[in-house]
Amino acid sequence: MQPQIHISKVNKVFSTGGREVVALDDINLEVSPGEFICLLGPSGCGKSTLLNAIAGFSPPTAGSIIVDGSAVQTPGPDRGMVFQEYALFPWMTVEKNIAFGLEIKKQPKARIKEKVSELLDMLKLQDFRDRYPKDLSGGMRQRVAIARVLALDSPILLMDEPFGALDSLTRRNLQDELLRIWTEFQKTIIFVTHSIEESIYLADRIVVMTYRPGTIKRDVSVAIPRPRDPSSVEFNDLKKELALLVMEEQTRHNQQEIRMPAAD
Amino acid sequence: MKNILARLYASLQGLLVPVILLAIWQYLSTHAIVNPQILPAPTAVIAKWWEYLLPTEAFDPSQSGYLAWLFSGEMIRDAYASMYRVVVGFLVGTALALPLGLLMGANERIYKLFNPLIQILRPIPPIAFIPLSILWFGLGNPPAIFLIVIGAFFPVLMNTIAGVRHVDGIYIRAARSLGASQTTMFLRVMLPAATPYILTGARIGIGTAFIVVIVAEMIAVNNGLGYRILEAREFFWSDKIIAGMFTIGLLGLAIDSGMNRLNNYLLKWHRGIENN
Repeated sequence: MQPQIHISKVNKVFSTGGREVVALDDINLEVSPGEFICLLGPSGCGKSTLLNAIAGFSPPTAGSIIVDGSAVQTPGPDRGMVFQEYALFPWMTVEKNIAFGLEIKKQPKARIKEKVSELLDMLKLQDFRDRYPKDLSGGMRQRVAIARVLALDSPILLMDEPFGALDSLTRRNLQDELLRIWTEFQKTIIFVTHSIEESIYLADRIVVMTYRPGTIKRDVSVAIPRPRDPSSVEFNDLKKELALLVMEEQTRHNQQEIRMPAAD
Repeated sequence: MKNILARLYASLQGLLVPVILLAIWQYLSTHAIVNPQILPAPTAVIAKWWEYLLPTEAFDPSQSGYLAWLFSGEMIRDAYASMYRVVVGFLVGTALALPLGLLMGANERIYKLFNPLIQILRPIPPIAFIPLSILWFGLGNPPAIFLIVIGAFFPVLMNTIAGVRHVDGIYIRAARSLGASQTTMFLRVMLPAATPYILTGARIGIGTAFIVVIVAEMIAVNNGLGYRILEAREFFWSDKIIAGMFTIGLLGLAIDSGMNRLNNYLLKWHRGIENN
């Protein structure tokens, strides 16, 4: 199958306070349509940087990112973005937040209304249609954020630790919901997380990244059939294997922090 | 029941200090410890305030309607004249400051172009423009409104700039990834995100406008509340001075609570405000 996202030789260098930090080094990655990819690694390993580069928020210093045959220049609705901080517009009601992307696309009013109702139903948000984000819990807010990108029918979803701030029950709930949506709509998902368990629960492939410079340490395919049981043997074997890989990077992270405390 | 008693007690507690002060004031004036010409008794001030509020002439159905007569008192006309200036000046000042502030906040080049001039003009108190405003506009409403425009302009401008500059980057990123154009970004993201700041500016602006109108009326106009209390001084009507001050205070309170309501309405989405 033709890869939908084609990342080759991507480098990203930040300069902070006269010091150059290599955030990404020689990243090569191909993602097929409908694949669920998790980028896994300790904080500071460049996984969010890579996601932001795919989203078009901050272009790579070198290398190319090609999505559906054209190079990424700017952010766009073909790559729906879900942020850890939800990033809902607090001055819009739930309904308006979900409708915003469609209004930008200048869709007819009736069509927008229909689509929004559909999404409110799908994400169990009907009772919150006229509420403002401040009245919602974290889990509800993230549902709205997911509905907002689904409204645009983006083939690709980019998710930056979307469930990182949620309690574990809400988190599992939303993970299941996301898998359901992914199966139903055949989205390509790139999902950033530092939770090993979350990545095994969700992904087709887990891309483990190294700490500074951010490179791809290992690309692991997850063959466990869904729904995956986190207490099963194969789940835990994989968890141990990944934990070792992530721990190595975490240790490097800690040592570097000690050596150059002003790096961040 | 307990709740009602507690609330009654709380409001009585709030009245305690004003009542004591009024009693002392009343005592000092009625016992001529202080010359009533200098400090008239509270009762005298209230009587004067009532007289100042009521129509000056008897009701004559052939001359005017009842409502028009009811509002023909000197105080009502003065308050109307002052409010008219505040509102017109504030609206003009805001209409000038808001677009400029939005542009300066959003565009670095425009900011650099205008900022030096604004930094030079901003520290000049609006009242310092009085001589120039009279020279340019003569007497009456034009110089007064000019001064109020200046008074309202800078607070609204500075807060609008700050508001736009403080828009959380995450909203801009979210809107960009949803495909927002420049115009959509500006009108539906930057502007609403900056509203809390803009409203704070408007509140300071109308407060300044209210100060400026009183001073302007003392110098450049011959009606309005500011004019009236200065006129009262010439006749040594200290009761009317205090009655006028009281009216000014009430009007200021009305403006402020009006702004507060507008604030609550426009910011009902905002975290800090509870809907009640």
